[in-house]
Amino acid sequence: MEKEKFFYDDKIVKMFAWATVVWGITAFTIGLMVAYLYWFPHYMDGISWLSYGRLRPLHTNSAIFAFVGNGIFAGVYYSTQRLLKTRMASDLLSRLHFWGWQFIILLAAITLPLGYTQAKEYAELEWPIDLLVAVVWVIFTVNLLWTIQKRRVRHIYVAIWFYISTAVTIAMLYIFNNLSLPVSLWKSYSIYAGVEDAVVQWWYGHNAVAFFLTTPILGLMYYFVPKAAQRPVYSYRLSIIHFWTLIFIYIWAGPHHLLYSPVPEWAQILGTIFSFTLIFPSWGGMINGLLTLRGAWDKVREDPILKMFVVAITSYGMSTFEGPMLSFKSLNAIAHFTDWIIAHVHVGTLGWNGFLIMGMLYWMIPRLYKTKIYSVKLINHHFWWGTIGLLLYVIPLYVAGWTQFLMWRQFNPDGSLKYPEFMDTVTAILPMHYLRAIGGTLYLTGALIMVYNLWKTVQGRKVEDTAAEAAPLQPVPAKRAKGEDFHNWLERRGMLFTILAFITVAIGGAVEILPTIFVDKNIPKIEAVKPYSPLELVGRDIYIREGCYVCHSQMIRPFRFEVERFGEYSKAGEYVYDHPFQWGSKRTGPDLMREGGRRPNLWHFSHMYEPSSVMPGSIMPNYQWIVRNDYDASDIQKKMKVLRKLGVPYSDEEIANAPKAVEEQAKAIAADLEANGVKKTAQYVEAYGGQEVDLSKKEVVALIAYLQRLGTDTTKKKETAQK
Amino acid sequence: MIALYLTLFISLVLAVLFLVFFIQSVKGGQYDDAYSPSVRMLFDDDEPAPDEVTDTSEES
Repeated sequence: MEKEKFFYDDKIVKMFAWATVVWGITAFTIGLMVAYLYWFPHYMDGISWLSYGRLRPLHTNSAIFAFVGNGIFAGVYYSTQRLLKTRMASDLLSRLHFWGWQFIILLAAITLPLGYTQAKEYAELEWPIDLLVAVVWVIFTVNLLWTIQKRRVRHIYVAIWFYISTAVTIAMLYIFNNLSLPVSLWKSYSIYAGVEDAVVQWWYGHNAVAFFLTTPILGLMYYFVPKAAQRPVYSYRLSIIHFWTLIFIYIWAGPHHLLYSPVPEWAQILGTIFSFTLIFPSWGGMINGLLTLRGAWDKVREDPILKMFVVAITSYGMSTFEGPMLSFKSLNAIAHFTDWIIAHVHVGTLGWNGFLIMGMLYWMIPRLYKTKIYSVKLINHHFWWGTIGLLLYVIPLYVAGWTQFLMWRQFNPDGSLKYPEFMDTVTAILPMHYLRAIGGTLYLTGALIMVYNLWKTVQGRKVEDTAAEAAPLQPVPAKRAKGEDFHNWLERRGMLFTILAFITVAIGGAVEILPTIFVDKNIPKIEAVKPYSPLELVGRDIYIREGCYVCHSQMIRPFRFEVERFGEYSKAGEYVYDHPFQWGSKRTGPDLMREGGRRPNLWHFSHMYEPSSVMPGSIMPNYQWIVRNDYDASDIQKKMKVLRKLGVPYSDEEIANAPKAVEEQAKAIAADLEANGVKKTAQYVEAYGGQEVDLSKKEVVALIAYLQRLGTDTTKKKETAQK
Repeated sequence: MIALYLTLFISLVLAVLFLVFFIQSVKGGQYDDAYSPSVRMLFDDDEPAPDEVTDTSEES
């Protein structure tokens, strides 16, 4: 058959590669800005859009979707074309994908600091951006599948299977988790409440790790590691098993984020079982990657790119050992809410994703520009800065996590908590946070060396797309040929394969989504639990806007040491009106589930303005704008109507009287503040410059209303019962 | 708890389905030629790739 001549689309690969470099530096820098807030809590004080609660989501989103995302796309566009011997199906779709994705990142970089957020981790982007993500993702998926259909190589190499599963699964996950009803352009409420929202969120959250941070990176591993080592993958057979088992099991692991929570016990156990099982395919893949270097270890000594790959695959092995272990209840009890989890995910992101993507860039960029790397010595430098930075980042955080947990759970012989002040468990681990910030700085330094090296490599070079030639595929009958084995036949049918992968994943998803349809049957209602008052709702939206959930949980586990410290453990029925749920996943500060009525209003006022004034040693940044700014309750009726559609039983009367109710409750809190001498506090004087202000209009009053409500519904009931 | 039984049922069906898939594929000898693609991908480069990474910083 006549060979056809064609060109690979190298331009799109270069675009994504440079975007990876730019967003990588950005994501690391924002991470550092956040890390240094533990050391110098006030260095960005007074700038609302640079506050911890808004920057942290920007850090996670930029690291995942901007840095790793662009890195994946660069690798996918490079390897897919070469593996299938064809140019990407549509240059237009490729460009739409690229610019669409960068536009999404830009919108995220604007809206997250402004406080437009859905307050669900790694799904913070508000609904208009979500829609855009869905559209761009479909463009990518269509382009990928179309390219596979136009391929000139019959066999679909294992890497591409991983890409397909990524494309198909992420689309589904993203859509399901972000289902919400809009109130306005930049405000919406999750259609799920409380426990359901938590289940869907962590089903998504864990699968974002699985199908965004793992499967595509594994695809890149199966392409770039053999390429760089010039050795075939250790066992191609193992890679097939790796793929099938991994996508089947991963979709079930989500509930391990919700152990000891009010999520039904069976779902928690199911999550643990599948999470543990994950160790087998994960380690199969890890060993497969490492053994690819068999007989090439002499190369590893000399080639820093291979060194980076070795660190990446080793990190993959470490975090996929740790993950299953952390899914056991006994270890999860220790790790959950502590820095252990932060260390765990950074082995994955800095080690596995970061090193694999940056190693890939070092290998790919010189080839794209048909040149040699500017300096191998500088790659070596990067390797050591990055590796030492990684270790200095994670080891202190492991220590911090264990230390804090041990302090939380210590009792005196008389049965009282040894460290009743949460603050003591924070100050004890601060030195570990300082070390972490230094580790992060080293890692960023390594990345900056890479920027210089890559820049010098390509400086002034202009190259054309790579030419290639291959014979077109002859049409093959759809039916299985006689004697052809099943998996080969399956691989030939690209579209069929996609559908199968989709069904696999969809069934797994439906199993966990379905319970949410049976809300009333699954969640025992508690009669005493009532919807939030209009002012409390305004306050809750401020809580969401400021990202309080990134440091404060609202979920008390049924442990004696937690109940002793925070109050009665959480029940499913207490969250039925929480759109979205605000359980959080990390306790940098104390749990707030039962904050209501614990402290006077005045304490909260001073605390918001200057936390250390009432809590010496506090590392919480000052939230002065909440004290200074007036709240906006103009859309309160609209918000209540949207929530009513979602099942919150607000009556017509309550909605009609909402503006009045806001005013009345705010006035009562303001009067209480004044009666307790708020005007004499240093915070009041400084905040308003000695001016007389109408306190009942301030955001802080709405937030106090919300905080004082938290967890009181059920405890009030108990008190009345006792009377 | 309808949801509980429903989800358990679906997961069992899924497990059985995959068991069938697995047995069928092993019997069909699906792993017979699970080697050549891994070698082929090493030689699919059409561009004259630099053999190895070489330090050029001192040349310039």
